[in-house]
Amino acid sequence: MSDPTAPLVLEARGLAKCYGHVTALDGTDFEVRAGEIMAVIGDNGAGKSSLIKALSGALIPDGGEIWLDGARVHFTGPSDARRAGIETVYQDLALAPAMSITENLFLGREHRRPGIAGSLLRVLDRQRMEREAAEHLQQLGIGIRSITQAVETLSGGQRQGIAVARSAAFARHVVILDEPTAALGVKESSMVLDLITRVRDRGLSVILISHNMPHVFALADRIHIQRLGRRAALVNTRDVSMADAVAVMTGAVEWPAALQTNAV
Amino acid sequence: MIVRRLAYAGPLVALLLACTFFALQSPRFLTGANLSLVLQQVMVVGVLAIGQTLVILTGGIDLACGMIMALGSITMSLLAVKHGWHPAVAIAGGMSVTTLAGMVNGLLVTRIKLPPFIVTLGTMNIAFAVTQLVSRAQTFTDLPPLLTWLGHGVRMGNTPIAYGALAMLLLYGFAFVLLRETAAGRHVYAVGNNLESARLAGINTNRLLLSVYMLSGLCAGVAALLSIARTGVGDPQSGQTENLDTVTAVVLGGTSLFGGRGIVVGSLVGALIVGVFRNGLTLMGVSSVYQILVTGVLVILAVATDQWSRKS
Repeated sequence: MSDPTAPLVLEARGLAKCYGHVTALDGTDFEVRAGEIMAVIGDNGAGKSSLIKALSGALIPDGGEIWLDGARVHFTGPSDARRAGIETVYQDLALAPAMSITENLFLGREHRRPGIAGSLLRVLDRQRMEREAAEHLQQLGIGIRSITQAVETLSGGQRQGIAVARSAAFARHVVILDEPTAALGVKESSMVLDLITRVRDRGLSVILISHNMPHVFALADRIHIQRLGRRAALVNTRDVSMADAVAVMTGAVEWPAALQTNAV
Repeated sequence: MIVRRLAYAGPLVALLLACTFFALQSPRFLTGANLSLVLQQVMVVGVLAIGQTLVILTGGIDLACGMIMALGSITMSLLAVKHGWHPAVAIAGGMSVTTLAGMVNGLLVTRIKLPPFIVTLGTMNIAFAVTQLVSRAQTFTDLPPLLTWLGHGVRMGNTPIAYGALAMLLLYGFAFVLLRETAAGRHVYAVGNNLESARLAGINTNRLLLSVYMLSGLCAGVAALLSIARTGVGDPQSGQTENLDTVTAVVLGGTSLFGGRGIVVGSLVGALIVGVFRNGLTLMGVSSVYQILVTGVLVILAVATDQWSRKS
Protein backbone atom coordinates (compact mmCIF):
# COMPACT_ATOMS: atom_id res chain seq x y z
CA MET A 1 0.00 0.00 0.00
CA SER A 2 1.15 3.49 -0.75
CA ASP A 3 1.64 6.29 1.72
CA PRO A 4 -1.43 8.60 1.78
CA THR A 5 0.74 11.53 2.80
CA ALA A 6 3.12 11.07 -0.13
CA PRO A 7 3.29 14.14 -2.38
CA LEU A 8 1.45 14.27 -5.68
CA VAL A 9 3.80 13.47 -8.55
CA LEU A 10 1.50 14.10 -11.45
CA GLU A 11 -1.59 16.26 -11.31
CA ALA A 12 -4.03 17.53 -13.92
CA ARG A 13 -6.72 20.19 -13.44
CA GLY A 14 -9.65 20.85 -15.74
CA LEU A 15 -8.33 19.07 -18.83
CA ALA A 16 -10.57 19.64 -21.84
CA LYS A 17 -10.49 18.23 -25.34
CA CYS A 18 -13.05 18.33 -28.14
CA TYR A 19 -13.01 16.53 -31.46
CA GLY A 20 -15.47 18.51 -33.55
CA HIS A 21 -18.79 18.12 -31.76
CA VAL A 22 -17.56 15.27 -29.59
CA THR A 23 -16.34 16.23 -26.12
CA ALA A 24 -13.73 13.71 -25.05
CA LEU A 25 -12.52 15.54 -21.94
CA ASP A 26 -14.90 17.87 -20.13
CA GLY A 27 -12.71 19.51 -17.51
CA THR A 28 -11.34 16.36 -15.94
CA ASP A 29 -9.00 16.32 -12.93
CA PHE A 30 -6.37 13.72 -12.24
CA GLU A 31 -3.70 12.97 -9.64
CA VAL A 32 -1.24 10.29 -8.68
CA ARG A 33 1.04 10.17 -5.64
CA ALA A 34 4.62 9.05 -5.46
CA GLY A 35 4.93 5.27 -5.29
CA GLU A 36 1.23 4.69 -5.86
CA ILE A 37 -0.67 2.50 -8.32
CA MET A 38 -3.59 4.54 -9.62
CA ALA A 39 -6.12 2.64 -11.68
CA VAL A 40 -8.16 4.47 -14.30
CA ILE A 41 -11.46 2.81 -15.14
CA GLY A 42 -14.35 3.98 -17.26
CA ASP A 43 -16.78 2.88 -19.91
CA ASN A 44 -15.94 3.12 -23.60
CA GLY A 45 -16.09 6.77 -24.61
CA ALA A 46 -15.65 8.05 -21.04
CA GLY A 47 -12.44 9.78 -22.08
CA LYS A 48 -9.93 7.33 -20.58
CA SER A 49 -7.66 7.21 -23.57
CA SER A 50 -7.84 10.96 -24.16
CA LEU A 51 -6.87 11.54 -20.52
CA ILE A 52 -3.97 9.12 -20.79
CA LYS A 53 -2.84 10.59 -24.10
CA ALA A 54 -2.86 14.08 -22.60
CA LEU A 55 -0.73 12.88 -19.68
CA SER A 56 1.70 11.06 -21.97
CA GLY A 57 2.02 13.93 -24.43
CA ALA A 58 0.36 12.13 -27.34
CA LEU A 59 -2.49 14.67 -27.31
CA ILE A 60 -2.43 18.39 -26.65
CA PRO A 61 -5.47 19.35 -24.54
CA ASP A 62 -7.61 22.38 -25.51
CA GLY A 63 -7.63 23.55 -21.90
CA GLY A 64 -6.47 22.71 -18.39
CA GLU A 65 -3.17 22.33 -16.62
CA ILE A 66 -0.73 19.48 -16.03
CA TRP A 67 1.71 19.59 -13.13
CA LEU A 68 4.64 17.22 -12.76
CA ASP A 69 6.61 17.12 -9.53
CA GLY A 70 5.28 20.53 -8.53
CA ALA A 71 6.00 22.29 -11.82
CA ARG A 72 3.63 23.16 -14.64
CA VAL A 73 4.41 21.24 -17.83
CA HIS A 74 3.35 21.62 -21.46
CA PHE A 75 3.83 18.49 -23.53
CA THR A 76 3.84 18.95 -27.29
CA GLY A 77 4.64 15.31 -28.09
CA PRO A 78 5.37 11.91 -26.54
CA SER A 79 9.10 12.71 -26.45
CA ASP A 80 8.42 15.72 -24.18
CA ALA A 81 6.66 13.56 -21.62
CA ARG A 82 9.40 10.94 -21.84
CA ARG A 83 12.09 13.52 -21.28
CA ALA A 84 10.14 14.71 -18.24
CA GLY A 85 10.23 11.17 -16.82
CA ILE A 86 6.84 9.77 -17.86
CA GLU A 87 6.94 6.48 -19.77
CA THR A 88 3.93 4.96 -21.50
CA VAL A 89 3.27 1.39 -22.61
CA TYR A 90 0.73 1.67 -25.40
CA GLN A 91 -1.58 -1.23 -26.04
CA ASP A 92 -0.41 -3.22 -29.11
CA LEU A 93 2.10 -0.53 -30.04
CA ALA A 94 4.85 -1.19 -27.60
CA LEU A 95 7.40 -3.29 -29.46
CA ALA A 96 9.02 -4.00 -32.82
CA PRO A 97 8.39 -7.75 -33.23
CA ALA A 98 11.27 -8.69 -35.54
CA MET A 99 13.87 -6.92 -33.42
CA SER A 100 15.71 -8.35 -30.44
CA ILE A 101 14.80 -7.81 -26.80
CA THR A 102 17.83 -5.59 -26.26
CA GLU A 103 17.07 -3.52 -29.34
CA ASN A 104 13.51 -3.04 -28.18
CA LEU A 105 14.58 -2.02 -24.69
CA PHE A 106 16.91 0.65 -26.06
CA LEU A 107 14.89 1.66 -29.13
CA GLY A 108 15.29 5.40 -29.64
CA ARG A 109 17.78 5.59 -26.72
CA GLU A 110 20.67 3.50 -27.97
CA HIS A 111 24.09 3.67 -26.34
CA ARG A 112 26.96 4.46 -28.65
CA ARG A 113 30.50 3.27 -28.26
CA PRO A 114 32.88 5.52 -26.38
CA GLY A 115 35.41 7.55 -28.34
CA ILE A 116 35.50 8.34 -32.04
CA ALA A 117 33.69 5.13 -33.02
CA GLY A 118 30.63 6.36 -31.16
CA SER A 119 30.75 10.12 -31.59
CA LEU A 120 31.90 10.38 -35.20
CA LEU A 121 31.01 7.00 -36.73
CA ARG A 122 27.96 6.60 -34.48
CA VAL A 123 28.62 2.92 -33.87
CA LEU A 124 26.34 1.24 -31.34
CA ASP A 125 27.67 -0.22 -28.10
CA ARG A 126 25.99 -3.61 -28.38
CA GLN A 127 27.82 -5.25 -25.47
CA ARG A 128 26.91 -2.47 -23.04
CA MET A 129 23.26 -2.52 -24.10
CA GLU A 130 23.07 -6.30 -23.83
CA ARG A 131 24.72 -6.27 -20.41
CA GLU A 132 22.41 -3.57 -19.10
CA ALA A 133 19.36 -5.24 -20.61
CA ALA A 134 20.19 -8.55 -18.94
CA GLU A 135 20.80 -6.87 -15.57
CA HIS A 136 17.61 -4.87 -15.77
CA LEU A 137 15.42 -7.84 -16.70
CA GLN A 138 16.98 -9.89 -13.91
CA GLN A 139 16.30 -7.16 -11.35
CA LEU A 140 12.66 -7.12 -12.38
CA GLY A 141 12.51 -10.90 -12.20
CA ILE A 142 11.80 -11.45 -15.88
CA GLY A 143 13.28 -14.78 -16.89
CA ILE A 144 14.41 -14.72 -20.51
CA ARG A 145 16.70 -17.31 -22.01
CA SER A 146 18.44 -15.00 -24.43
CA ILE A 147 18.19 -11.22 -24.69
CA THR A 148 19.29 -11.41 -28.32
CA GLN A 149 16.19 -13.35 -29.38
CA ALA A 150 13.51 -11.60 -31.39
CA VAL A 151 10.52 -10.31 -29.47
CA GLU A 152 8.15 -12.21 -31.79
CA THR A 153 9.51 -15.50 -30.44
CA LEU A 154 8.23 -14.63 -26.94
CA SER A 155 4.83 -15.39 -25.41
CA GLY A 156 2.30 -12.59 -25.00
CA GLY A 157 3.05 -12.26 -21.30
CA GLN A 158 6.80 -12.13 -21.87
CA ARG A 159 6.32 -9.45 -24.52
CA GLN A 160 4.24 -7.36 -22.17
CA GLY A 161 6.94 -7.92 -19.55
CA ILE A 162 9.56 -6.51 -21.90
CA ALA A 163 7.38 -3.49 -22.66
CA VAL A 164 6.82 -2.79 -18.96
CA ALA A 165 10.50 -3.34 -18.22
CA ARG A 166 11.44 -0.80 -20.87
CA SER A 167 9.19 1.84 -19.37
CA ALA A 168 10.46 1.07 -15.86
CA ALA A 169 14.06 1.35 -17.03
CA PHE A 170 13.67 4.89 -18.30
CA ALA A 171 10.86 6.40 -16.22
CA ARG A 172 11.90 8.77 -13.46
CA HIS A 173 8.41 9.60 -12.17
CA VAL A 174 5.47 7.80 -13.74
CA VAL A 175 4.78 4.66 -15.76
CA ILE A 176 1.50 4.61 -17.71
CA LEU A 177 0.21 1.17 -18.68
CA ASP A 178 -2.67 0.89 -21.15
CA GLU A 179 -4.53 -2.42 -20.70
CA PRO A 180 -1.37 -4.39 -19.86
CA THR A 181 -3.23 -7.65 -19.22
CA ALA A 182 -5.62 -7.56 -22.16
CA ALA A 183 -5.32 -10.68 -24.33
CA LEU A 184 -3.26 -12.52 -21.71
CA GLY A 185 -4.06 -15.83 -20.05
CA VAL A 186 -4.46 -16.22 -16.28
CA LYS A 187 -0.89 -17.28 -15.56
CA GLU A 188 0.63 -14.66 -17.84
CA SER A 189 -1.59 -11.96 -16.36
CA SER A 190 -0.48 -12.70 -12.82
CA MET A 191 3.12 -12.56 -13.97
CA VAL A 192 2.55 -9.08 -15.41
CA LEU A 193 0.65 -7.97 -12.28
CA ASP A 194 3.59 -9.07 -10.10
CA LEU A 195 5.88 -7.11 -12.35
CA ILE A 196 3.75 -3.96 -12.01
CA THR A 197 3.96 -4.27 -8.20
CA ARG A 198 7.73 -4.54 -8.41
CA VAL A 199 7.86 -1.44 -10.59
CA ARG A 200 5.85 0.44 -7.94
CA ASP A 201 8.16 -0.90 -5.22
CA ARG A 202 11.05 0.79 -6.98
CA GLY A 203 9.38 4.09 -6.07
CA LEU A 204 7.71 4.83 -9.39
CA SER A 205 4.08 5.86 -9.70
CA VAL A 206 2.01 3.61 -11.93
CA ILE A 207 -1.12 4.63 -13.83
CA LEU A 208 -3.00 1.48 -14.78
CA ILE A 209 -5.77 1.66 -17.36
CA SER A 210 -7.78 -1.54 -17.29
CA HIS A 211 -11.17 -3.03 -17.97
CA ASN A 212 -10.36 -5.97 -15.75
CA MET A 213 -11.94 -5.22 -12.35
CA PRO A 214 -10.30 -8.11 -10.45
CA HIS A 215 -6.90 -6.92 -11.65
CA VAL A 216 -7.70 -3.32 -10.71
CA PHE A 217 -8.81 -4.32 -7.24
CA ALA A 218 -5.87 -6.64 -6.73
CA LEU A 219 -3.32 -3.99 -7.61
CA ALA A 220 -4.49 -0.40 -7.29
CA ASP A 221 -4.08 1.81 -4.23
CA ARG A 222 -6.70 4.21 -5.51
CA ILE A 223 -9.14 4.20 -8.41
CA HIS A 224 -9.95 7.10 -10.71
CA ILE A 225 -13.41 6.54 -12.21
CA GLN A 226 -13.85 8.41 -15.49
CA ARG A 227 -17.32 9.11 -16.81
CA LEU A 228 -18.61 11.47 -19.52
CA GLY A 229 -15.27 13.22 -19.85
CA ARG A 230 -14.91 13.95 -16.13
CA ARG A 231 -13.64 12.34 -12.98
CA ALA A 232 -16.81 10.83 -11.52
CA ALA A 233 -15.02 9.60 -8.41
CA LEU A 234 -11.61 9.14 -6.83
CA VAL A 235 -11.65 6.40 -4.23
CA ASN A 236 -9.38 4.31 -2.06
CA THR A 237 -9.62 0.78 -3.37
CA ARG A 238 -10.29 -0.65 0.12
CA ASP A 239 -13.24 1.76 0.64
CA VAL A 240 -15.26 0.61 -2.33
CA SER A 241 -16.72 -2.63 -3.60
CA MET A 242 -16.30 -3.83 -7.12
CA ALA A 243 -20.05 -3.55 -7.66
CA ASP A 244 -20.08 0.09 -6.49
CA ALA A 245 -17.17 1.01 -8.71
CA VAL A 246 -18.88 -0.50 -11.73
CA ALA A 247 -22.16 1.22 -10.81
CA VAL A 248 -20.44 4.63 -10.68
CA MET A 249 -18.56 3.88 -13.85
CA THR A 250 -21.71 3.06 -15.79
CA GLY A 251 -23.71 5.91 -14.26
CA ALA A 252 -26.14 3.65 -12.40
CA VAL A 253 -25.17 5.43 -9.17
CA GLU A 254 -23.90 8.96 -8.54
CA TRP A 255 -20.98 8.87 -6.18
CA PRO A 256 -21.87 11.04 -3.17
CA ALA A 257 -19.77 14.17 -3.28
CA ALA A 258 -19.09 14.13 0.48
CA LEU A 259 -17.91 10.54 0.48
CA GLN A 260 -15.67 11.30 -2.46
CA THR A 261 -13.74 13.98 -0.56
CA ASN A 262 -13.53 11.71 2.48
CA ALA A 263 -12.04 8.96 0.42
CA VAL A 264 -9.35 11.24 -0.84
CA MET B 1 15.26 -19.05 -34.74
CA ILE B 2 16.82 -21.80 -36.81
CA VAL B 3 14.22 -21.29 -39.51
CA ARG B 4 15.01 -17.58 -39.62
CA ARG B 5 18.72 -18.24 -39.87
CA LEU B 6 17.92 -20.62 -42.74
CA ALA B 7 15.83 -17.93 -44.39
CA TYR B 8 18.96 -15.77 -44.47
CA ALA B 9 21.21 -18.61 -45.66
CA GLY B 10 18.63 -19.74 -48.25
CA PRO B 11 19.54 -17.24 -50.97
CA LEU B 12 23.23 -18.08 -50.62
CA VAL B 13 22.48 -21.80 -50.91
CA ALA B 14 20.35 -21.12 -53.99
CA LEU B 15 23.19 -19.10 -55.53
CA LEU B 16 25.72 -21.86 -54.88
CA LEU B 17 23.35 -24.50 -56.30
CA ALA B 18 22.81 -22.41 -59.43
CA CYS B 19 26.58 -21.95 -59.82
CA THR B 20 27.19 -25.67 -59.40
CA PHE B 21 24.50 -26.48 -61.96
CA PHE B 22 25.87 -24.10 -64.59
CA ALA B 23 29.45 -25.16 -63.90
CA LEU B 24 28.41 -28.74 -64.74
CA GLN B 25 26.55 -27.57 -67.86
CA SER B 26 29.18 -25.30 -69.32
CA PRO B 27 32.97 -25.44 -68.86
CA ARG B 28 33.15 -21.72 -69.56
CA PHE B 29 30.91 -20.75 -66.64
CA LEU B 30 33.40 -21.13 -63.81
CA THR B 31 36.20 -19.15 -65.47
CA GLY B 32 37.46 -15.92 -63.92
CA ALA B 33 36.60 -13.95 -67.01
CA ASN B 34 32.99 -15.14 -67.02
CA LEU B 35 32.43 -14.59 -63.29
CA SER B 36 33.89 -11.13 -63.67
CA LEU B 37 31.42 -10.53 -66.49
CA VAL B 38 28.53 -11.62 -64.25
CA LEU B 39 29.70 -9.14 -61.63
CA GLN B 40 29.78 -6.35 -64.23
CA GLN B 41 26.33 -7.33 -65.47
CA VAL B 42 24.83 -7.08 -62.02
CA MET B 43 26.63 -3.99 -60.75
CA VAL B 44 23.99 -1.51 -61.92
CA VAL B 45 21.05 -3.46 -60.49
CA GLY B 46 23.18 -4.31 -57.46
CA VAL B 47 23.78 -0.69 -56.51
CA LEU B 48 20.16 0.29 -57.20
CA ALA B 49 19.09 -2.65 -55.01
CA ILE B 50 20.94 -1.15 -52.01
CA GLY B 51 18.58 1.84 -52.07
CA GLN B 52 15.64 -0.42 -52.82
CA THR B 53 16.51 -2.58 -49.78
CA LEU B 54 16.53 0.45 -47.49
CA VAL B 55 13.15 1.59 -48.81
CA ILE B 56 11.60 -1.90 -48.61
CA LEU B 57 12.94 -2.40 -45.08
CA THR B 58 10.93 0.64 -44.01
CA GLY B 59 7.83 -1.00 -45.51
CA GLY B 60 7.84 1.11 -48.68
CA ILE B 61 8.84 0.50 -52.29
CA ASP B 62 10.74 2.56 -54.85
CA LEU B 63 9.33 1.95 -58.33
CA ALA B 64 11.14 4.99 -59.71
CA CYS B 65 14.79 4.11 -58.99
CA GLY B 66 15.53 2.90 -62.54
CA MET B 67 14.01 5.95 -64.18
CA ILE B 68 15.76 8.26 -61.73
CA MET B 69 18.97 6.50 -62.69
CA ALA B 70 18.27 7.20 -66.38
CA LEU B 71 17.63 10.84 -65.49
CA GLY B 72 20.94 10.91 -63.64
CA SER B 73 22.95 9.42 -66.49
CA ILE B 74 21.39 11.83 -68.97
CA THR B 75 22.12 14.77 -66.67
CA MET B 76 25.76 13.70 -66.33
CA SER B 77 26.27 13.22 -70.09
CA LEU B 78 24.36 16.37 -70.99
CA LEU B 79 26.38 18.55 -68.62
CA ALA B 80 29.69 17.02 -69.70
CA VAL B 81 29.14 16.76 -73.47
CA LYS B 82 26.74 19.53 -74.39
CA HIS B 83 27.59 22.13 -71.78
CA GLY B 84 31.25 21.24 -71.52
CA TRP B 85 31.32 21.09 -67.74
CA HIS B 86 34.25 19.41 -66.06
CA PRO B 87 33.31 15.69 -65.89
CA ALA B 88 33.71 15.61 -62.10
CA VAL B 89 31.26 18.50 -61.74
CA ALA B 90 28.92 16.83 -64.24
CA ILE B 91 28.98 13.65 -62.13
CA ALA B 92 28.25 15.65 -58.98
CA GLY B 93 25.43 17.42 -60.84
CA GLY B 94 23.86 14.12 -61.91
CA MET B 95 24.06 12.71 -58.42
CA SER B 96 22.49 15.86 -56.99
CA VAL B 97 19.59 15.52 -59.41
CA THR B 98 18.95 11.89 -58.46
CA THR B 99 19.23 12.66 -54.74
CA LEU B 100 16.78 15.54 -55.18
CA ALA B 101 14.40 13.20 -57.02
CA GLY B 102 14.66 10.81 -54.06
CA MET B 103 13.93 13.75 -51.76
CA VAL B 104 10.76 14.53 -53.72
CA ASN B 105 9.66 10.90 -53.17
CA GLY B 106 10.49 11.18 -49.48
CA LEU B 107 8.65 14.48 -49.02
CA LEU B 108 5.52 13.16 -50.75
CA VAL B 109 5.60 10.05 -48.53
CA THR B 110 6.24 11.87 -45.25
CA ARG B 111 4.52 15.25 -45.65
CA ILE B 112 1.54 14.47 -47.89
CA LYS B 113 1.31 10.93 -46.43
CA LEU B 114 0.79 9.26 -49.81
CA PRO B 115 1.52 5.52 -50.17
CA PRO B 116 5.07 4.93 -51.49
CA PHE B 117 3.73 2.71 -54.28
CA ILE B 118 1.65 5.56 -55.71
CA VAL B 119 4.28 8.25 -55.13
CA THR B 120 7.03 6.33 -56.91
CA LEU B 121 4.68 5.17 -59.67
CA GLY B 122 4.06 8.84 -60.36
CA THR B 123 7.68 9.95 -60.13
CA MET B 124 8.71 6.97 -62.28
CA ASN B 125 6.64 8.35 -65.15
CA ILE B 126 7.71 11.92 -64.48
CA ALA B 127 11.39 10.99 -64.37
CA PHE B 128 11.01 9.03 -67.62
CA ALA B 129 9.30 11.94 -69.37
CA VAL B 130 11.82 14.50 -68.11
CA THR B 131 14.66 12.24 -69.25
CA GLN B 132 13.19 12.03 -72.76
CA LEU B 133 12.57 15.79 -72.88
CA VAL B 134 15.99 16.98 -71.75
CA SER B 135 17.82 14.43 -73.91
CA ARG B 136 15.42 14.87 -76.85
CA ALA B 137 15.35 11.05 -76.69
CA GLN B 138 18.92 10.94 -78.01
CA THR B 139 21.82 8.85 -76.80
CA PHE B 140 24.96 10.74 -75.80
CA THR B 141 28.26 9.40 -77.11
CA ASP B 142 31.89 10.62 -77.01
CA LEU B 143 31.81 10.92 -73.23
CA PRO B 144 34.91 12.15 -71.36
CA PRO B 145 37.04 9.30 -69.96
CA LEU B 146 36.25 10.12 -66.32
CA LEU B 147 32.58 9.20 -66.87
CA THR B 148 33.48 5.73 -68.11
CA TRP B 149 36.42 5.19 -65.73
CA LEU B 150 34.46 2.80 -63.50
CA GLY B 151 34.19 0.44 -66.48
CA HIS B 152 37.94 -0.11 -66.40
CA GLY B 153 39.59 -2.16 -63.75
CA VAL B 154 42.50 -4.07 -62.36
CA ARG B 155 43.63 -7.52 -63.39
CA MET B 156 44.08 -10.26 -60.86
CA GLY B 157 46.00 -12.84 -62.82
CA ASN B 158 43.87 -13.43 -65.89
CA THR B 159 40.72 -12.08 -64.29
CA PRO B 160 39.75 -8.46 -64.93
CA ILE B 161 37.88 -6.80 -62.08
CA ALA B 162 36.02 -3.60 -62.94
CA TYR B 163 36.32 -0.65 -60.58
CA GLY B 164 32.55 -0.42 -60.77
CA ALA B 165 32.15 -3.93 -59.36
CA LEU B 166 34.56 -3.05 -56.56
CA ALA B 167 32.58 0.13 -55.90
CA MET B 168 29.40 -1.94 -55.64
CA LEU B 169 31.00 -4.34 -53.12
CA LEU B 170 32.29 -1.37 -51.12
CA LEU B 171 28.83 0.20 -51.02
CA TYR B 172 27.32 -3.09 -49.84
CA GLY B 173 29.88 -3.26 -47.05
CA PHE B 174 29.07 0.31 -46.09
CA ALA B 175 25.30 -0.29 -46.13
CA PHE B 176 25.74 -3.50 -44.12
CA VAL B 177 27.62 -1.71 -41.33
CA LEU B 178 25.22 1.25 -41.40
CA LEU B 179 22.16 -0.98 -41.00
CA ARG B 180 23.71 -3.26 -38.39
CA GLU B 181 25.89 -1.09 -36.24
CA THR B 182 24.26 2.33 -36.07
CA ALA B 183 21.12 3.55 -34.34
CA ALA B 184 19.84 5.05 -37.60
CA GLY B 185 20.22 1.63 -39.24
CA ARG B 186 18.28 -0.12 -36.49
CA HIS B 187 15.61 2.58 -36.72
CA VAL B 188 15.11 1.63 -40.39
CA TYR B 189 14.05 -1.81 -39.15
CA ALA B 190 11.96 -0.36 -36.33
CA VAL B 191 10.03 1.84 -38.77
CA GLY B 192 9.40 -1.16 -41.02
CA ASN B 193 8.25 -3.25 -38.06
CA ASN B 194 5.72 -0.70 -36.91
CA LEU B 195 5.81 2.95 -37.93
CA GLU B 196 3.59 4.15 -35.09
CA SER B 197 5.42 2.32 -32.32
CA ALA B 198 8.73 3.61 -33.67
CA ARG B 199 7.34 7.16 -33.54
CA LEU B 200 6.09 6.63 -30.01
CA ALA B 201 9.55 5.33 -29.04
CA GLY B 202 10.84 8.79 -29.87
CA ILE B 203 12.26 8.13 -33.34
CA ASN B 204 11.86 10.98 -35.81
CA THR B 205 10.22 8.72 -38.38
CA ASN B 206 9.67 11.43 -40.98
CA ARG B 207 13.31 12.44 -41.01
CA LEU B 208 14.36 8.79 -41.19
CA LEU B 209 12.03 8.01 -44.12
CA LEU B 210 13.15 11.15 -45.95
CA SER B 211 16.81 10.15 -45.61
CA VAL B 212 16.04 6.63 -46.81
CA TYR B 213 14.40 7.89 -50.02
CA MET B 214 17.24 10.37 -50.53
CA LEU B 215 19.78 7.56 -50.11
CA SER B 216 17.86 5.55 -52.69
CA GLY B 217 18.16 8.57 -55.00
CA LEU B 218 21.90 8.75 -54.31
CA CYS B 219 22.24 5.04 -55.10
CA ALA B 220 20.46 5.75 -58.40
CA GLY B 221 23.11 8.43 -59.04
CA VAL B 222 25.95 5.97 -58.47
CA ALA B 223 24.13 3.40 -60.60
CA ALA B 224 23.80 6.04 -63.34
CA LEU B 225 27.56 6.44 -63.40
CA LEU B 226 28.01 2.64 -63.45
CA SER B 227 25.52 2.33 -66.29
CA ILE B 228 27.42 4.94 -68.32
CA ALA B 229 30.69 3.17 -67.54
CA ARG B 230 29.31 -0.19 -68.59
CA THR B 231 27.71 0.91 -71.89
CA GLY B 232 30.00 3.83 -72.70
CA VAL B 233 27.03 6.07 -73.55
CA GLY B 234 24.35 8.15 -71.83
CA ASP B 235 21.19 6.31 -72.77
CA PRO B 236 17.74 7.84 -72.12
CA GLN B 237 16.19 4.36 -72.59
CA SER B 238 18.17 2.82 -69.73
CA GLY B 239 16.69 1.91 -66.37
CA GLN B 240 13.46 0.41 -67.62
CA THR B 241 14.16 -3.19 -66.72
CA GLU B 242 16.28 -2.23 -63.70
CA ASN B 243 13.24 -0.69 -61.98
CA LEU B 244 11.63 -4.02 -61.19
CA ASP B 245 14.86 -6.05 -61.31
CA THR B 246 15.84 -4.33 -58.06
CA VAL B 247 12.63 -5.55 -56.40
CA THR B 248 13.40 -9.05 -57.69
CA ALA B 249 16.92 -8.87 -56.25
CA VAL B 250 15.71 -7.63 -52.86
CA VAL B 251 13.00 -10.28 -52.57
CA LEU B 252 15.29 -13.10 -53.76
CA GLY B 253 17.75 -11.90 -51.13
CA GLY B 254 15.30 -12.75 -48.37
CA THR B 255 14.10 -9.25 -47.45
CA SER B 256 10.40 -9.13 -46.66
CA LEU B 257 8.25 -6.92 -48.89
CA PHE B 258 6.24 -6.06 -45.77
CA GLY B 259 9.24 -4.33 -44.24
CA GLY B 260 11.25 -4.69 -41.07
CA ARG B 261 13.05 -7.94 -41.92
CA GLY B 262 16.00 -8.70 -44.12
CA ILE B 263 19.68 -8.03 -44.71
CA VAL B 264 21.13 -5.79 -47.37
CA VAL B 265 23.85 -8.26 -48.43
CA GLY B 266 21.02 -10.64 -49.33
CA SER B 267 20.06 -8.24 -52.13
CA LEU B 268 23.54 -8.61 -53.62
CA VAL B 269 23.05 -12.38 -53.51
CA GLY B 270 19.60 -11.88 -55.07
CA ALA B 271 21.04 -9.75 -57.87
CA LEU B 272 23.76 -12.36 -58.40
CA ILE B 273 21.17 -15.17 -58.60
CA VAL B 274 19.39 -13.35 -61.43
CA GLY B 275 22.74 -12.55 -63.06
CA VAL B 276 24.01 -16.12 -62.80
CA PHE B 277 20.80 -17.54 -64.28
CA ARG B 278 20.90 -15.10 -67.20
CA ASN B 279 24.58 -15.72 -67.84
CA GLY B 280 24.40 -19.49 -67.37
CA LEU B 281 21.35 -19.94 -69.56
CA THR B 282 23.00 -17.80 -72.25
CA LEU B 283 26.09 -20.01 -72.11
CA MET B 284 23.80 -23.04 -72.50
CA GLY B 285 22.27 -21.37 -75.55
CA VAL B 286 18.83 -20.96 -73.99
CA SER B 287 16.73 -18.13 -75.41
CA SER B 288 16.45 -14.98 -73.33
CA VAL B 289 12.68 -15.41 -73.04
CA TYR B 290 13.30 -18.47 -70.84
CA GLN B 291 15.64 -16.41 -68.67
CA ILE B 292 12.77 -14.02 -67.95
CA LEU B 293 10.50 -16.99 -67.28
CA VAL B 294 12.98 -18.43 -64.79
CA THR B 295 13.33 -15.06 -63.05
CA GLY B 296 9.57 -14.88 -62.61
CA VAL B 297 9.39 -18.36 -61.12
CA LEU B 298 12.30 -17.57 -58.78
CA VAL B 299 10.58 -14.47 -57.40
CA ILE B 300 7.40 -16.36 -56.60
CA LEU B 301 9.41 -19.16 -54.98
CA ALA B 302 11.34 -16.64 -52.89
CA VAL B 303 8.24 -14.90 -51.56
CA ALA B 304 6.51 -18.23 -50.90
CA THR B 305 9.55 -19.42 -48.92
CA ASP B 306 9.54 -16.16 -46.97
CA GLN B 307 5.89 -16.52 -46.01
CA TRP B 308 6.23 -20.19 -45.19
CA SER B 309 9.23 -19.62 -42.94
CA ARG B 310 7.36 -16.85 -41.12
CA LYS B 311 4.39 -19.06 -40.35
CA SER B 312 6.34 -21.95 -38.88
